[in-house]
Order: sequence, then structure tokens, then C-alpha cells
Amino acid sequence: MTPSPDRVRLHVVTGKGGSGKTTVATALAMALARDGRTVLLVEVEERQGLAQTLDTPPLGPVERRVADGPGGAALWALSVEARASLLEYLQQFYRLGRAGSVLEKVGAIDFATTIAPGVRDVLLIGKVFEATRRTSGRPHPKGTPEHYDAIVLDAPPTGRITRFLSVNEQVADLAKAGPIHSQAGAITTLLHSDQTRVHVVTLLEEMPVQETVDAVAELREAGLPVGAVVVNQARAALLDEPDEVALLALADGTIDVPAVADAVGSVGIDDPQRVAGSLLDTARGYRDRLDLEAAQYDLLEQLGLPLVLLPLLPDGIDGGALAELADLLAEELDPEPDEDAGQLDLPENGLAR
Amino acid sequence: MSRTPTTLDLPALVTDPATRIVVCCGSGGVGKTTTAAALAVHAAEAGRSVVVLTIDPARRLAQSLGVGELDNTPRTVPGVGAGGGRLDAMMLDMKRTFDDVVHAHADPQRAAQIIANPFYQSVSSSFAGTQEYMAMEKLGQLRAEADRTGRWDLIVVDTPPSRSALDFLDAPKRLGSFLDGRFVRLLAAPAKVGGRASVKALAGGVAVATKVLDKLLGAQLLRDVQTFVAALDTMFGGFRERADATYALLSEPGTAFLVVAAPERDALREARYFVERLAHDQMPLAGLVLNRVAQPGPIGVDRALGAALQLTDGEESGAAERAAAAALRLQASVGALAARHRAALRGFAAAHPGVPVAVVAAAPTDVHDLEGLRQILR
Ligand SMILES: Nc1ncnc2c1ncn2[C@@H]1O[C@H](COP(=O)(O)OP(=O)(O)OP(=O)(O)O)[C@@H](O)[C@H]1O
Ligand SMILES: Nc1ncnc2c1ncn2[C@@H]1O[C@H](COP(=O)(O)OP(=O)(O)OP(=O)(O)O)[C@@H](O)[C@H]1O
Ligand SMILES: [Mg+2]
Ligand SMILES: [Mg+2]
Repeated sequence: MTPSPDRVRLHVVTGKGGSGKTTVATALAMALARDGRTVLLVEVEERQGLAQTLDTPPLGPVERRVADGPGGAALWALSVEARASLLEYLQQFYRLGRAGSVLEKVGAIDFATTIAPGVRDVLLIGKVFEATRRTSGRPHPKGTPEHYDAIVLDAPPTGRITRFLSVNEQVADLAKAGPIHSQAGAITTLLHSDQTRVHVVTLLEEMPVQETVDAVAELREAGLPVGAVVVNQARAALLDEPDEVALLALADGTIDVPAVADAVGSVGIDDPQRVAGSLLDTARGYRDRLDLEAAQYDLLEQLGLPLVLLPLLPDGIDGGALAELADLLAEELDPEPDEDAGQLDLPENGLAR
Repeated sequence: MSRTPTTLDLPALVTDPATRIVVCCGSGGVGKTTTAAALAVHAAEAGRSVVVLTIDPARRLAQSLGVGELDNTPRTVPGVGAGGGRLDAMMLDMKRTFDDVVHAHADPQRAAQIIANPFYQSVSSSFAGTQEYMAMEKLGQLRAEADRTGRWDLIVVDTPPSRSALDFLDAPKRLGSFLDGRFVRLLAAPAKVGGRASVKALAGGVAVATKVLDKLLGAQLLRDVQTFVAALDTMFGGFRERADATYALLSEPGTAFLVVAAPERDALREARYFVERLAHDQMPLAGLVLNRVAQPGPIGVDRALGAALQLTDGEESGAAERAAAAALRLQASVGALAARHRAALRGFAAAHPGVPVAVVAAAPTDVHDLEGLRQILR
């Protein structure tokens, strides 16, 4: 199975803090690492979120193979560090073997990596950029793949994503010349190209949805290609349909509480009045929650982007849970061409292509 | 050994006159802003004069607090204060707070110069940690105003989301140490101190470093930094001192830290990190707020499921029976969730038996008005 070359190479995963960016990025990378493909998963905030999620020792600035997939597929992961990238730069542009340590000594490395977020971001994305450019035969760090079929970036949250990806504008006012400046230009070209998709992870709640809507508008404004909206931690329907209809009738007052009290009394439950009152509260709460989720879902649909639903897994995230989410994402990536395919068919700029 | 944690009485905490500052911290989306607002409303309605500093509140919550417009000044919240107290609310504008700091310490001309500096603009709007730093700066300002005018006797602060670090404790230091950093000092030095011996010794290295960075980043950047630091330096007693003052304020006994967390295992693991970090820094931790905890119904899970089954057993079960059965099944699944939440809490309590815990029930929908905030502490 040869991977088709026109696929998206770079998947950027953003979302509100705590919505599940790291989890979704990891599951997406696992979903992409099938059929013999080699995938790189990258984090940029030096928080070891990937290592925790993958339950593997801390990641460093050089990629490490963290998982194997079917058909010889491989997942590599890396935690980009601004300092390491800067030293790499200096090495590359100035062959600064020893001068590097002079810079370190006077505090210039710390200075340059913290001085301006724009510069830092160029250093961070620069590393991702390098990975997308890898082709067979070109130099690459020893012992690492010479080519990646896809790269997944566990990116900063929605509030910072557009700025993070707008490296060009960021450095334009600061670094007016030099390699950082020109690197920013090349990165911008990649980020605005067809090879990149920015996916937004959200929860079906007011704030995350608001942030998602805002972020999508900002990303579009900045000309960055938005991919899918991933609705994460979606609660499974707690009731089947007939139950739901009956419950809503109670919530709306079509069925009155005394009748419910009689019913629960008839099966021997103590204090039926009080229990019936609590059942009414439960029914109303459920209705309100459904209304809220429906309203939020509407807002997301209005974005005109593919929506991908991932369930809330009751026992949290471990290896099995990641595999389960990866399977769901893989389905979105490669919709089976059967009768039901209509449902899974993604618009042009979905997760897949 | 009992695994039941001591109860943290939130209403008592915020109505106690000895409590002067409450800081709500925790991971993203756990309910820091909501908790801060609810505590502030409660204290104000109990008669205290309160100001709440929110960070990026949900739009509708901001509107109900009357801070829909971001203007960086506390505004009195209408509809709170029947009990003789008062609630002022504000939403942090970090850039504006930074600008205010500059204006407060420099003559107008110099302030204008600094504010126009591209490097300043970058730092004040997006330096990693600026938001945290400005939140703490604002807290210092509010406290100074409270001491001066007696306008408030309780300040409730929200913090930006942070997971693997207590960024608001670290950010002031980080920014401070950056501006006090060796290289920055050395860069700024020629303009000020001239030829101190220690500076001279490093001058060679600095010259090399400056040349390389100039090439890498463009010469303008270092010049901007130089002017920025020089301008700043003459008027501040150093960023570090300000940061230290805020830090000292936080460790005072009148301060109460609350770690807000969701009742899931992973989230509580993060909460443990916060608790440990606060202890390490000897910050006064009041306890854990376990937010959005599922509440079990009046009857047990098995009994509810059994009753539901009985109710829909007969062919001729009517609408009321079906509705009761559905609601019982729903209560049973919420009950199962509640059991999981309790188990997660027991895990936390086993690791930190000394930390009091307040359990806050999950409201069915988002909390965005005063009534919803009042409900939270009931
Ligand atoms: N589908 C899911 N089902 C159950 N738990 C989930 C799911 N997705 C994420 N989680 C849990 O939610 C929490 C937040 O997830 P994650 O760390 O991926 O979010 P994040 O957006 O990367 O957070 P941060 O903003 O801190 O980087 C974690 O504890 C994770 O295990
Ligand atoms: N007890 C509760 N019951 C139901 N919903 C709640 C509760 N507490 C908070 N929420 C809802 O959860 C969402 C997140 O709450 P909030 O904004 O307070 O979190 P936060 O920790 O401040 O988030 P951030 O890290 O983004 O600042 C809001 O929509 C809020 O209405
Ligand atoms: Mg993360
Ligand atoms: Mg908040």
C-alpha cells in the first residue's frame, strides 16, 4: 500500500485548554501510522504531555520511535525545545561549535529563546518544518527516519494558535533580517499550503464552542487552512429513544408528578412523593442539557466544517482508549466506500485530504 | 485509616474576616472562574466588600457580572449587596495593566517611548507568562487600593489555566529574571555603568554573542531591547522586586489558595501536583474544590434499575410508568458516575489526607448568571 503523496502532511491540533488536544493529536498520529506509514508526533510546550499520554519516558529534542503500527508502520515522537533548536541553527548557519558555548556562558541563548515569542515560535515550528521537508537522500539526524508520511503537531491552545502560526507577522516587526526572518517566510508558505490542516478540538459546552468559533474565524482571517472540528468527550446518549421521549414528557409537564409518584409507589419505593420530585428534577436537568448541547452543536455546524465526534471514555485515557479513539479517527480518514459512506464522506478539506 | 477527607466549608472561608485574598487555581476548564465568581457573590451577599478579578470569563458570565466590556477597572455588579455588602468585578486586560505599570513609573514622554518600542509591544501582549504576571500585578494593585481606601475587604482572584506548572507563581520571576538576566544586563550595561571590571571580563563574549544574535535576528532587535531595558531600568526598582512583593503577598496568612479540580482520576492527579507545589512554596492552601461532582439520586443504583424494570414490565404500562422508569434509569447512570467521582476523591484523599475538600455539585447546564452562581454554594 503506497501512501498517496497528495495527502495532508502536517496536521496541527489546537483547542481550548484541557479539551483533549494532546489526546486527539496522539490518537490521530496513531490513526495515520497505519499501512506502513511513518508518522511524527510533536509537542512544543515542553510539558511532556505526549510522553504522559503515551506512557513512555520523557521525550527529548531528537525524535524517538514510540510505537509500531500495522504493516511496518511507525510512530515517532519528539518534544521540540527552543534552546536545542537555536543551538542547531547556530551550528547549521555559523558552524558555531565552540562559540555556542560562549553564547551560553553570557546568557545569550536563554536571552534569544525567551526574548520574543515570535522568535521562539519560529524556532519551534522550524523543527516541524524541517521534518515535513525531509525526503530520502537529504541529511537528517542519525538514526531517524529519512521521510515522514505525516506529522501531527500538538499545538498551543485556541487562544494562542493564530499568533503561533503567524510566525511571519510576528517576526516581521522584530527580526527584520537574518536567517530567522527568512525561515519564517518558508514556514508561512507551508502553513498556508494544501499540505497543512489545522484541526480544532472542542467540547460540547458553551465556552469551548465559543472559543472554537472565534478561533476558526481568526484562522480563516489569517488564511490558515482549517481542517475538522473534533467534538471530544461527547457523552454517549444515556437513554434510548423511547425513554428519552417519556422523560421529556415529564420535563415538559405533559405527565404530572402525582402520576409518577403513584407509579413509583406501586413498585414499593419509599417516600414516592419525594422520589417523584427528584425524578422531575432529573428530567428537567436532562432536557436542559440536551437543549444546550443541541444549541452548541448548531453553532459548530454553522462553521461549515466536518465535525468528528469522539466519545468520553469513562475510564480515562490509557493505551486501549487511545487505540479506540485512533480507530474512530481512522474511519474518518479512510471512509469505507460502502452504502453507508454518505455519512462518513468528508468535504474537501476534512481530516483526510 | 479513614479515607474521608475533612470538609472545606467554602461559605465560612469567604465570610471569615481574616480571609483577605482568595486565589482559585487549577487546570484548564475546571471551573476556576465560575468558582471565583460564586465565592465573591456569596461573600458580598454576606455583607463583605468584595472585588473579583476574572481572567477571560465566558462571555455570558462576563455580561451577568457587568464586565462584558473589557476595561480593566472594577465595576459594581448590580443586584448583589442586599446584605449590606458589595461586589465589584473586573476582567483582566494584560496589555493595559502593563501599560499602566509603565505610566505609573515614568514621565509621560518616557512612557510613550517605552510603549512604542516594538520589543515592549511583543512582551506586553504575548510573552509566555505575561498574563499570569499581570494578574499578579493587578492583585498587588487591588490590594494596595484596598489598604489605602478601605474599598474592599476581600479580593478574589481567578488565574489563567495551567496544568503542569503554577505559572502564576513562576511567571513574575521568569519575566523578572529575564529582564534582570545577565545578557540583558550586559547589553544594557555600556549605556549605563561603563567599565566595571566584571563587565569588562565578559565583554569579549558579549561582543561575540551580540554579533551572532545580530546576524541571526537582525540588528534592530537587539537595539530595541537595549533601549527598552535601559528605559525600564531607570524607573523600576527592578522587576524582581515587584515580583518578590507579590509573592510575599501571596504567602501571607490572610491568603487562601483553592485548587479547583474536576472529579476524574487524571484531573485529580494534576490537582495533586498543584497541592504539592503550593506546599513546597509554603503557600497557604485552604483546600481542594472538587467541581461538577455528579449527585446520586435518592435511591441506590441497583434499586433504581430494578424498579425501572418492574415499571415497564407489564404490557400495559402507561406514560407515567414509562417516564418514571426512564428517569430512574437516568438517575442510575448518574449514580454510577457519582460512585466513580467518589472513588477518584478517595484516591486524592489517600494521597493528601490533610487537605480539606469542598464538593460542588454539577449543575445540569453552564453557569452564567447570578442565580446560577448562588446555587453553586448551596
Ligand atoms: N475522549 C476522552 N475520554 C475521556 N477522557 C479524555 C478524553 N479526551 C481527553 N480526556 C482526558 O481529559 C484530560 C485532558 O486531555 P488532554 O491532556 O489531551 O487535553 P489538552 O487539551 O492537551 O490539555 P492542555 O490544554 O492542558 O494541554 C486528560 O486527563 C485526558 O486523559
Ligand atoms: N458546578 C458546575 N456545574 C455546571 N457547570 C459548571 C460548573 N462549574 C463550571 N461550570 C461550567 O464549566 C465551564 C468552565 O468553567 P470556567 O470557565 O469557570 O472554568 P475555568 O477553569 O475558569 O476555565 P479556563 O481554564 O478556560 O479559564 C463553564 O461553561 C461553566 O459554566
Ligand atoms: Mg496538552
Ligand atoms: Mg477561567
